[in-house]
Amino acid sequence: MSTLTDPPKPGFRLSQLIYDTRYRSITIQVIALVLIVGAFWWLGSNTVNNLNALGKDFDFGFLNSAAGYDINQRLIEYDNQMSHGRAALVGILNTLLVALMGCASALIIGVFVGVLRLSKNWVVSKLMAVYVEAFRNVPLLIWILLIGAVMTESMPQPREFRGEDATQSMILGDSVAVTNRGIWIPRIGFSNSISGEEAVAPIDGATPVASGGADWLLILGVLALSLIAMRVVRNRADKIQQATGDRPTTWYQQVAILVIPVGVVMFALGATIVAPYLKGFNFTEGTHLRNSLIALWVALSLYTGAFIAEIVRAGIMAVSKGQSEAAAALGIQPSRTMKLVILPQALRVIIPPLISQFLNLTKNSSLAIAVGYMDVRATLGGITINQTGRELEGMLLMGAFYLALSLLISGGMNYYNHSTQLAER
Amino acid sequence: MSDTPVTYVRTQMLDQQAPPTSEVGPVRWVRENLFSSPMNAILTILSLYVVYIVLSHVGPWIVNGIWNANSLTECREIIATTGDGHHSAACFGVISARWHQLVFGYYPSELYWRPVLALVVFLVGIAPVMFPSLPRKLYFVTAAAPFLCFWLLWGGSIWLPISIALGFGVGIVANKVLAEHVSALAAIVGVIVLPLIYWILLAGPLAGGLASVIPLEIEFVPSRSFGGFMLSIVIGLSAIVMSLPLGILLALARRSDLFIIKTCAVVFIEVIRGVPLIVWLFTAQLLLNYFLPPGSSFDLTLRVIIMVTLFAAAYIAEVIRGGLAALPKGQYEGADSLGLNYWQSMQLIVLPQALKISIPGIVNTFIGLFKDTTLVVFIGLFDPIGISNAIRATTEWNGIYWELFLFIGIMFFISCFSMGRYSLYLEKKLQREHR
Repeated sequence: MSTLTDPPKPGFRLSQLIYDTRYRSITIQVIALVLIVGAFWWLGSNTVNNLNALGKDFDFGFLNSAAGYDINQRLIEYDNQMSHGRAALVGILNTLLVALMGCASALIIGVFVGVLRLSKNWVVSKLMAVYVEAFRNVPLLIWILLIGAVMTESMPQPREFRGEDATQSMILGDSVAVTNRGIWIPRIGFSNSISGEEAVAPIDGATPVASGGADWLLILGVLALSLIAMRVVRNRADKIQQATGDRPTTWYQQVAILVIPVGVVMFALGATIVAPYLKGFNFTEGTHLRNSLIALWVALSLYTGAFIAEIVRAGIMAVSKGQSEAAAALGIQPSRTMKLVILPQALRVIIPPLISQFLNLTKNSSLAIAVGYMDVRATLGGITINQTGRELEGMLLMGAFYLALSLLISGGMNYYNHSTQLAER
Repeated sequence: MSDTPVTYVRTQMLDQQAPPTSEVGPVRWVRENLFSSPMNAILTILSLYVVYIVLSHVGPWIVNGIWNANSLTECREIIATTGDGHHSAACFGVISARWHQLVFGYYPSELYWRPVLALVVFLVGIAPVMFPSLPRKLYFVTAAAPFLCFWLLWGGSIWLPISIALGFGVGIVANKVLAEHVSALAAIVGVIVLPLIYWILLAGPLAGGLASVIPLEIEFVPSRSFGGFMLSIVIGLSAIVMSLPLGILLALARRSDLFIIKTCAVVFIEVIRGVPLIVWLFTAQLLLNYFLPPGSSFDLTLRVIIMVTLFAAAYIAEVIRGGLAALPKGQYEGADSLGLNYWQSMQLIVLPQALKISIPGIVNTFIGLFKDTTLVVFIGLFDPIGISNAIRATTEWNGIYWELFLFIGIMFFISCFSMGRYSLYLEKKLQREHR
């Protein structure tokens, strides 16, 4: 016997908003929305009141007014008569520069150390363990300050390079000068520059050269084309291998494709190496890597390198031993086992945390403040704010820059994760 | 064939022979671990050379260190008279003269026992959480520790922390009474609203009244006097303790089905994580006054603690979200099939397991946070680096770098390394339990 119950009454009672799970979620969300909007309204009205009380307005017009301060390191043209917006852009480029340099060197250090730490050589693995633990457990700020102090306190002064009885000498065939004011390295100048810049002789009697941005763009373009051509050659080799089973030897073709076009272009542009030399009390010409850049770059790469080393080690160890044994059982050579079996699986584990380390490095580059490197925090978030008194606008713009960068990188990472995820239930 | 005479069969066992000398003891170890291939041999020699270079420079510097000098000039004179002229020597005199500043900042020296006692109270409070084998009664210390530590560090009247703690009591009582006599819904509203009303309206007058009746107080120490490692530990520990509940709520919100709540949590977490801590610290220093009602301004140290708490909460939320995601779906479904509602299933089934998985991650977040407390030097607080700058600014120790960096680095290394080992220990233990 089944008891027939009345079907639920149609219609809506107010109490359902609380007791019926179908409607309760709406109630909760509406309450939350009201609270959040209220909180933001409260913060906003406070801000408006405070700004009124201080006689300030909310205006980004200051970005167009003259900055009036100099920036000692700039990748694009800038002088103190240009706008605050331009100064911010110089700072952004400096941030990106140190972040890119740091990511590249941290990756190299991290992979080397991570692999060496797994080495059977006791001394090497212990040495790498000491490095990793030392850098992971001491704040980055201390490393930046320490390396900055090493550069300014322990390196020779430029005047010690001068005269017949110089106590110091330039290294690497008189081309690199390491001083307490930074490191000077040779640069490449172009005597037949296409950039239209006026060519200047770096030293009396030498060929006049221009530093030309357009020349570099041309060289990069040629390099990109060469890389594409190398890809084509590889694909052709793959096809032949699949059809016949024999892989044609292509390495000399690839090297030629990579080297010859760039070499020809550089020769046509009249590329000349310009070495730094001592003039007066300081070095001139060449490229000057400032102490601030070196301290920040070295500290960031060593610090992040230690974290990346752990990620690489964990990634390699995560591939179970059965995989390499199975590859050996199939008769695959050890070198190809690494490439075809272990690395693809290890990379799946390695790459997501690796990218978040790159993200950390980029964010940590804001510690440039410790050594006075002119990154976006020093220009937009530092001097500009102090000069114009626009804390709110300046901090908002700076926050937006870092946020956009992070979201861009993590968006790319999510895309990668989705494309390499193992299919689960 | 079978009748072929056997010419010789040994009838007794041969004695065991010692293995070749190259296959035993240290020689074998060296061969296998250091010189197994030419490449390995080169690596070994290179590494040993690096170690030798570092030790031959740093070793004498540390061993010859001067501990009993009162200024850098005095120290250099001692080195000039006693040193051998070939090796430099460290001036550890700065450590022996100023270690108390590096550790306690400008905290009054006769009150050093208070931060030390606060640390002991904290450690006793955290012990039952970290090591489950300890007696459960210690959880009483855990509950009292935040208020006791606050009182010990800042001082002042004891009634202020007690009246604040009473607010939690109000919440618990309200929950019980309302749930029994009115309804579950009223209990939830009561738990949130009543303590708030108490804190806003009653807590201040109550503390003031009790203090005027029974004045029980110790000397008040302003936050400006906090400094050195004490400041790092205060900021780090209070941020982690307060960010844990906040992080759990954020993680649950991010995994919730409610669209608005989920969106808010995602935006909060991503915005906080996308911007460097130093920008948030400058926000706390420069902008917080804009967002608060006109005329309200409060202590910079407190502002920093709040900012670092929010920052840590976003990171912890992500760690806990990882723990929640790592739980098998069956656990959630099992809780549902038992008829538990959302909060019951979270509290009884999901969170205990998810938190256990995330403890190593939480400890790692805390290590990062503790290291990041050094950034407060940029907004003018005297963390160890700020103190070291102040020491370098004095006439006695002008121009001293390495000794201070070494001391600060070693202190951070010891604390972070031991926390890291604890996290490894936990990971191993958890792995065993999951097998």
